[in-house]
Amino acid sequence: MDFDFSEDQQLLQESVQRFVRENYSFEQRRQLVATEQGYADAHWRQFAELGWLGIPFPEEHGGLGMSGVETMIVMEAVGSGLVAEPYLPTVVMGGGAVTLAGSDDQKAEILPAVVEGRCKLAFAFAERQARYNLQDVEVCAEGANGGYRLSGMKSVVFGAPTADRFIVSARTAGGSRDAEGITLFLVDRDAPGLSVRGYPTADGLRAGEMTLDNTPARGVLGEVDGGLAAVEEVVDRAIAAVSAEAVGLMGALNDMTLEYLKTREQFGQPIGRFQVLQHRMVDMFIAHEEAKSMAMMAAMRVGEEDADARKKAMSAAKVQIGKSARFVGQQSIQLHGGIGMTDEYAAGHYFKRLTMIDRSFGDNDYHLRRYAAL
Amino acid sequence: MHIEIAEQDRAFRDEVRAFIGDRLPRDVRDKVRDGSLLTREDVVGWMRTVSGRGWMCPNWPEAAGGPGWTPSQKFIFEEESYLACAPGPVPFGPQMVGPVLLAFGTEEQKARHLPGILSSDVIWCQGYSEPNSGSDLASLGCRAVRDGDHYTVNGRKIWTTNADWADWCFALVRTDSSGKKQDGISVLLIDMSLPGVTVRPIERFSRMSDFNEVIFEDVRVPVSERVHDEGKGWTCAKYLLGHERSGSAGIGLCRQRVDRLEEIDDGRAPDFSRRIAETGAALEDLRWSYLRMVAAKEADDEIGSEASLLKIRGTEIQQDVMELLMEAQGYFAHPFIERALARGWNEPPVGPSEAAGATAFYFDWRKASIYGGSNEIQRNIIAKAVLGL
Repeated sequence: MDFDFSEDQQLLQESVQRFVRENYSFEQRRQLVATEQGYADAHWRQFAELGWLGIPFPEEHGGLGMSGVETMIVMEAVGSGLVAEPYLPTVVMGGGAVTLAGSDDQKAEILPAVVEGRCKLAFAFAERQARYNLQDVEVCAEGANGGYRLSGMKSVVFGAPTADRFIVSARTAGGSRDAEGITLFLVDRDAPGLSVRGYPTADGLRAGEMTLDNTPARGVLGEVDGGLAAVEEVVDRAIAAVSAEAVGLMGALNDMTLEYLKTREQFGQPIGRFQVLQHRMVDMFIAHEEAKSMAMMAAMRVGEEDADARKKAMSAAKVQIGKSARFVGQQSIQLHGGIGMTDEYAAGHYFKRLTMIDRSFGDNDYHLRRYAAL
Repeated sequence: MHIEIAEQDRAFRDEVRAFIGDRLPRDVRDKVRDGSLLTREDVVGWMRTVSGRGWMCPNWPEAAGGPGWTPSQKFIFEEESYLACAPGPVPFGPQMVGPVLLAFGTEEQKARHLPGILSSDVIWCQGYSEPNSGSDLASLGCRAVRDGDHYTVNGRKIWTTNADWADWCFALVRTDSSGKKQDGISVLLIDMSLPGVTVRPIERFSRMSDFNEVIFEDVRVPVSERVHDEGKGWTCAKYLLGHERSGSAGIGLCRQRVDRLEEIDDGRAPDFSRRIAETGAALEDLRWSYLRMVAAKEADDEIGSEASLLKIRGTEIQQDVMELLMEAQGYFAHPFIERALARGWNEPPVGPSEAAGATAFYFDWRKASIYGGSNEIQRNIIAKAVLGL
């Protein structure tokens, strides 16, 4: 057993941390998320040059063929700086779907473009009535002239406003909550009948509502009617990734809260001298350490062959991440007092991202149920 | 012991319901229900309507313009107001400045200030916290230096709720820094239109803003606007704390939101239903604690320090309710179109109409366990004053 990073992993970590230090001061980030697009094309090009866009993809398609651990390293840094570029939707989710379900031709067509920064992806799996249930799919796909046409709505599609291509789950058979009968489709941005209503999310990122009106799919990704397994695996990869991101977020919040306890004086002493606040800070430290353990576990087990074992592990991770994120987020605001409530102070923005992670890919009620059922 | 609701209370409840039903503008009601941002006109307009009925200042004696309600009538009025989605009043005039003036003000001060509070023509804010004086309020440094029949005031107040709407400010200032810090504090009533008063809104990360910074630069305040003696400001502040304890801990607000949660809940997620029920039960407890500790007291009974628990549990339950409402939105907790929170947004909402407000309120309500004496300070009060620790 070994929890140490290899030399290459250490180099990667140093490189992403340097990027965050140099490009993601809180003020820079504030200005960036206030722009129309919400992130910088120049950063994306830098990601491509540094190879980060190819981390999880096979080498034969231009990727680095790395494991979940390298994704964890990148995502932890993404969290520590509140990085706003659509790495999760494009590389982890969209790219994950192509890797898991795509044919060799599809991989050869899409992955090199992603690696080079020429193509952004979004994975459209959620629907209004479904809450977190991945098999509750009502967007329907009908076969026509050797292809398929899609109709319906996908909701809260992360990264949708600037995606060049979408991977969309749709129903090709069965009732709206059946496990069987779900198929993944590749849909081009400029496909007829597709409209995207983009908007900012509470954490300053971007998402969108997708309306499909008899929209032709560019192709089927994977097996017709058997797409649910890939959807679940992509979402599990996203869980592992946001677990690492949350660890980065919590680390940053705990650092700034601890600093505040040491420097803010009331009643003639630093408030960190008060035992009730010391114990609170210790509990925040514990919550962060617990989250770190689970994020590492998730990174190492996300590629597991046995789907049930993987799902159970990812649910356990998501539950702990949710608990830790909620506690650290809420208490970091509480310990800062009034200043923690302000928009010009960083803590609230970290808290918002942590809260939105808790609202993504299944909340604690959902994952406790899934854990218990497996 | 008995808990029957008196016949006259039933009749009173009907009267309040009918009044609000008739007079509350529909658009304001809808905004409160959906958690949209309210304008000064929304809030003050409704306050004037309530004032017109003589109901603005339930805690004042009848002789001073209060409606002469029993404690349970006060509670019924507040609960009904929230359930009907009426905006809450800007509380500083009717609930703070008024009672302090009635207790410590001169006849002249009462004649000058009370009518505007009763009619809601004058809106007040409260100048307490400063950048370096939060929980340790008595360390405040905003200076008032006597110069003939005026004080010259210099300093900064922060987190001043509604200062941007206010005509007057009830401010704690330092008139003496030679002795014990509590003994050098005085209360001044400051006209916000005086030269040297600057109000800067402070945006919260929830993207709501009724916090402000208030800067006083050589503001000349007549000595006749000092309440009580010089150096007696801390006495007034402590008196107010007792009055704040008699507040109803947001029970009506929570009830309205829990009712909404029960409407949303379709029973498909038993764990979620269970958590709604847990919060509903906790709220019921809070309500009975309030009735036992506050509402059942006679007007002259002192409300004990143990009532600090109402602030602690009240804000905790408010925060739980806001969190459940956000969680109920599922993925629709994410979209955040700031313009959708304001008046005049005509585009269709993303997801349920209340989703954007639910997330903003969850974030914003983290302030509740910080303001009005943080919950840590409230626990200190119980530890010291009730338990003798």
